[in-house]
Amino acid sequence: MRLKPIRIRSRAIEILINVILLAFLAITALSLAFTKDLFASVMLTGIYSLLSAAFFVLMDAVDVAFTEAAVGAGISTILMVTTLTMTGRFENRKLHHPKIALSVVIVTGVMLVIGTMDMPAFGSDTAPAQVHLAPYFIMQSGEDIDIPNIVTSVLASYRGFDTFGEVVVVFTAVIGVLALLEFSRKDNESAEKPAPMSQHKILRIVSKILIPPIMLFALYVQFHGEYGPGGGFQAGVIFASSIILYAMLFGIEQTRKAVSMPVVKVLAALGVLIYGSVGIVSMLNGGNYLDYNALAESNITGQHVGIIIIELGVGITVATAMILIFLTFARRIGKTNEGTA
Amino acid sequence: MNFLEQYNYWIVILLMMSGFYIVIAHGNLIKKLMGLTVFQTSVFILYISISKVIGGTAPILDDQYTVYSNPLPHVLILTAIVVGVATTALGLALAVRIKEAYGTVEEDVIQEKDLQQEGSAE
Repeated sequence: MRLKPIRIRSRAIEILINVILLAFLAITALSLAFTKDLFASVMLTGIYSLLSAAFFVLMDAVDVAFTEAAVGAGISTILMVTTLTMTGRFENRKLHHPKIALSVVIVTGVMLVIGTMDMPAFGSDTAPAQVHLAPYFIMQSGEDIDIPNIVTSVLASYRGFDTFGEVVVVFTAVIGVLALLEFSRKDNESAEKPAPMSQHKILRIVSKILIPPIMLFALYVQFHGEYGPGGGFQAGVIFASSIILYAMLFGIEQTRKAVSMPVVKVLAALGVLIYGSVGIVSMLNGGNYLDYNALAESNITGQHVGIIIIELGVGITVATAMILIFLTFARRIGKTNEGTA
Repeated sequence: MNFLEQYNYWIVILLMMSGFYIVIAHGNLIKKLMGLTVFQTSVFILYISISKVIGGTAPILDDQYTVYSNPLPHVLILTAIVVGVATTALGLALAVRIKEAYGTVEEDVIQEKDLQQEGSAE
């Protein structure tokens, strides 16, 4: 009896946080539209990602929040800053027909707002999205797969084929980045420049202490993804961020000595191969493609084995993909500036 | 109460439209990619808002809870985020190559240079 008012109050606070976080997101997006300084814009996109990660936690999407915080606020901010060092900090003052653009945007926005009038109320448990597949996953995944994290069950098992597609897309994007920036590089090994941050003693020492725990945490996230938020995608990004931190402090060439590029490239393909082979093995055992039930005597064991192996494949591909993308971009810096200066 | 029922969707539309505005009104290719990122994240926020069940908890099975938020949109968005950063990286790589070829990432300057080149070719 005494619990009730507390629960209502906590719900009110949840809604309040929801309103405030979304308002912050709106302010960030609007200021992004009116900033001319691209460096400030990058920082705003970082803030935007971090705010949306906080919002995802509030919406119970802990796995998503984890990914967004690591990817959006971490990797993509670094990539944008790296690109800016090559393309220049300020953008042109002139906008393209800002009035026409604004009216197009406003008309589209108003039509979309009219469209929301038919949307089910926020948080309603009778909305169409909640009554079809979701109850099945929530009721059955414990029995079918026997791991607590439903998101991992759906990601790795029920929708394993879809996730395979996503991993292939990440791999393809890396091939694209390499084709654009790495293979076209004219091989004039530029003289080794000191890393920009190697002078900062505090940064260097603190990061050196931090890098091993970050890697360890990545492994924890990788293998604990069945029980709590986490999994191959998050672990891969976190692992890559430790290597990127190393590269930022000790220089790209130094990192290339520690992390062999040919090996990283092979590993990126190997991750996809591991994932795909699980499907082949289940077919050879008489099941459908990626049907983990065929992997072992009992269905549950088969599911567990399948999920651990494909998550490992995802982790390897994502980690090496992010490392490759960053190192390729960072290595390009010297060349682009030489060409245009 | 009606305001709070639709509030999330309206903010999503506002975010989406500011991303859209950046993409069409700004000429800098890097800024356009940032606009696309904002647009993309607004779609993530829409999906995750739809997945929320009031009074529910994170979809990790536990005997103490019976109401969970919808796990399916979480799965879709989780993979979309990682794919999103990979494709953004591809876009940035293209922008870097454009910078190397044209010396700028401003759309109108690139267009001018293209037109000049066509003129001198004829």
